[in-house]
Amino acid sequence: MNATADLTARLTGLVDALRAHGVRIGTGETVDAARATRELGLADRESLREGLAATLLHTTGQRPVFDAVFDLYFPRRVGAPEGRTDPADRAALRERLAAALAADDTALMARLAMEAVDGFGGYGSSPASDGWSSYQTLDRLRPQTLLARVRDEVRARDGAAGFGDRLLEDEIRRRIEEFRRMVAAEARRRVAERRDRDEIARRAVAPTADRVDFLFAGKDRLAELRRTVQPLARKLATRLAARRRRAARGSIDLRRTLRGSLSTGGVPMRPVLRRRRPARPELVLLCDVSGSVSGFSDFTMLLVQALHDQFGKVRVFAFVNRIDEVTGLLVHGAADPDGLGARIRGEAAVTGWHGSSDYGAALGEFTERYAGAVGSRTTVFVLGDARTNMGDPNLPALGELGRRARRVHWLNPEPRSRWGTGDSAALEYAGLVGMHECRTVRQLSDLIGRLLPV
Amino acid sequence: MFTSVDDVLARLAEAGYLASPAVATTVFLADRLGKPLLVEGPAGVGKTELAKAVAQVAGARLVRLQCYEGVDESRALYEWNHAKQLLRISAGRDETWDEARTDIFSEEFLLPRPLLTAIRGNDPKVLLIDETDKADVEVEGLLLEVLSDFQVTVPELGTVTASRRPFVVLTSNATRELSEALRRRCLFLHIGFPDAELERRIVRLKVPGIDAALAESVVRVVGALRAMDLRKAPSVAETVDWARTLLALGAGTLDEAVVRDSLGVILKHQDDILKAEAKLDLDAV
Ligand SMILES: Nc1ncnc2c1ncn2[C@@H]1O[C@H](COP(=O)(O)OP(=O)(O)OP(=O)(O)O)[C@@H](O)[C@H]1O
Ligand SMILES: [Mg+2]
Repeated sequence: MNATADLTARLTGLVDALRAHGVRIGTGETVDAARATRELGLADRESLREGLAATLLHTTGQRPVFDAVFDLYFPRRVGAPEGRTDPADRAALRERLAAALAADDTALMARLAMEAVDGFGGYGSSPASDGWSSYQTLDRLRPQTLLARVRDEVRARDGAAGFGDRLLEDEIRRRIEEFRRMVAAEARRRVAERRDRDEIARRAVAPTADRVDFLFAGKDRLAELRRTVQPLARKLATRLAARRRRAARGSIDLRRTLRGSLSTGGVPMRPVLRRRRPARPELVLLCDVSGSVSGFSDFTMLLVQALHDQFGKVRVFAFVNRIDEVTGLLVHGAADPDGLGARIRGEAAVTGWHGSSDYGAALGEFTERYAGAVGSRTTVFVLGDARTNMGDPNLPALGELGRRARRVHWLNPEPRSRWGTGDSAALEYAGLVGMHECRTVRQLSDLIGRLLPV
Repeated sequence: MFTSVDDVLARLAEAGYLASPAVATTVFLADRLGKPLLVEGPAGVGKTELAKAVAQVAGARLVRLQCYEGVDESRALYEWNHAKQLLRISAGRDETWDEARTDIFSEEFLLPRPLLTAIRGNDPKVLLIDETDKADVEVEGLLLEVLSDFQVTVPELGTVTASRRPFVVLTSNATRELSEALRRRCLFLHIGFPDAELERRIVRLKVPGIDAALAESVVRVVGALRAMDLRKAPSVAETVDWARTLLALGAGTLDEAVVRDSLGVILKHQDDILKAEAKLDLDAV
C-alpha cells in the first residue's frame, strides 16, 4: 500500500470508529480532516492529533474517546522496542520508573510504559504473545508501591522543609495514575496491532459518559456520571430559562400600546407586549429505587434536586413496594451523592414484607397517602422499568394520578424493545401516560429539557 | 498569515500569549482552512486573550461582539439611526416621500454593528464573538448565516459580501450547548488548564520580577487545588493574580501563613476555602 492510500485508510477507519461511538461526523468534517493532515504533515504525531480533533470533534466530551481511537489508528510506533525486556529486569524497570516519576518526565514515562507492556504484558506463547494485558503489566510492575520511594528521593533532592512538601505525595499519586493510563493505552495499541483494529476500536474503547447505559453502568461509571450533575443542571437551567422567556413574551397589549402612543401624537410607535408571569410550576418525582434501576433513579433525583430553584416546589418520593417521601434526604444528600441511595434505602420506608418492586402497590399507596401532593399545577415524573414482578399494575391508580396532575411523564431506563416483555407492565402504563425511553444521560437531558414545565 | 505551527507559537509568544501545542496547531489550521475557531473552556484560561493576541500578530483590527442575554440583530448586525433619519425627514419638508426614503436608507444613516463591520472593508480583521453561549438561540441562527457566506443583506442597501474574510474566533464557557449546526461551521478547540511547565512560563511572563522558585510553588499549589474537586477551580487568571499579590506582599517563598492569608485571591467560595484549608493542613486561626 502506498503512503497516501494508507493514510486515507487510517483516516476513514478513525472516522468510522468515532461514528460507531456516537460522534456525529459529516463529510464536510472528513474533508477538513484530510486537509488538516496535508497542512500539518505526519512528522509530528501530537500536532496531527490536535489537528484531527479540531476538525472532527464538536464537543469536549468527545475527546477521551477520540484520544483512545487516535492511538489505535495512528500509533506512536509500530512494533516492539528493540530487545524485549527480560522479566528478570523487573527491578531495573522499577528503578527507571522511579527516577522518571521523581523527575516528572512524562516522555520517559511513556517510553517505560511501552517497555513495561512489552516485557510484562504479553500472555500466551511468547515471544509472539497471543495478547497484551495492561492489568497483568501493572500487576507485575506495581507502580503504586513506588510512592514512598519516589517521595523520599524527591525530598532528598529538594529538601523537605518547603511548603511544597505537603503537596508532594498527591502529586506523585497523580503521576502514577498517568503512568497507568499510558500502560492501558499501550496495551490497547498492541492488541489492535495483532487483531482487527476496527473491531477493537469499536469494543475496547469506553463510550463517552453521557452514552453509558444506566442499567449497565458500573459503580465507577455511576460516580463519574454523578459528577456531571451540576454542569448538566446549569445547562438545563439556561435552556429552561430560554423556554420560559419565550413563553412569557406573549401577545400585544393593545390598551398599553395605545396609552403609550399618546406621546407620539396617537401614532402607535412602540407595541407593548403583555407579560405573562405564571406561577412557577411544581414537580413531583416518583422513583423506583430497587436494585435494578437505582443508578438511574439516583442520578435523576440528584439532577432534579440541582434544578430545584427552577420550580415553585419539588417533592420526591421513593418506592420499592411501599412509598415514602425522601425530599428532605435529597436536600442533604446533594453533599454526598454517592451515599444517597444507601441512605434512602436505610432511612425511608420503601419496602414492606418483601424486597422486590411492586408498582401497583406503590402507586396505590401514593394516591391514598399523598393525595395533596398533586394538583393542577403539578407535573409528575415516574421513574422506573415498570417491572412489577407479576403483581397487579393497578392501572386505575395511575389513571387517577393522570387526571389530577397537569402532566404525567414516565421515564423508562429499559430499551423500548423490551417494554412489555416478561413482567414488564410498561405498555399498559404507556397507554395511560406518556412513556419515554431514557437509557443514558444524553437521553435524560434531552427529555428533561423538553418535558420539564416552565 | 502563518507559515507553520511553530511560527504561530513564536509570534503569539511575542504578543504575550503562550500557546500550548494544541492551541497553536488549531490556530494554524483555522487560518489555513479559513474556518471560524470555536474555543471552549472554563473561565480565565485565556480564550479572549487568544483572539486579541492573534489580532495583534496579524496586524489586524479586533472587532468584538460581546454576547449577553438579549443581544439581538440590531446590536450584532446593524441598525438604522432613527433619530438622525427623523431629523433628516423634518429638515427636508418640500421633497417627495420617495426622495426622502431613498436618502434616509443610505449609508449615512446606517449604524454598522460588529458582524457587519467585520465583513466590510479591505483591511485585515479578527472577529471575536465572545461568550457566545450567553446569547439567545435566535442569535445563533444569525451567526450561522453570517459565518456561512460571509455576507449580510441589508434590504434597503443590498448585499454586502466580504472581500476579505476576517479570522473568526467564537468563545464559550459551555453554560449552554451551542447548536450542532453552528459547531459544524467551526474548528473546535478546548482550552483546559495548562500543564505545570506552561503555567510557570505564563506566570513569569505576566508577573515580571517574580522569583522562579516562587512561581513554581504557586503553580504547584494551584495544581493541588485543581485536583480537589472544588466548586470553582482556580484558573490561569487566578494563578496570575495570586502571583502578583504575593509579589506585592513581598513574600519570597510560600509558607502556611502566607497561603492561608491569600487563599481568597484564588478561591471564590467560602466552602472551597474551607476544603482547601483542611486539605493543605492550614491550621485555621
Ligand atoms: N496562554 C496564556 N498566555 C498568556 N496569558 C494568559 C494565557 N492564558 C491565560 N492568560 C491570562 O489569563 C487572563 C484571563 O484570560 P481571558 O480573559 O482571556 O480568559 P477567558 O478564557 O476569556 O475567560 P472568560 O471565560 O472568563 O472570559 C489573561 O488576562 C491573561 O493574563
Ligand atoms: Mg473571555
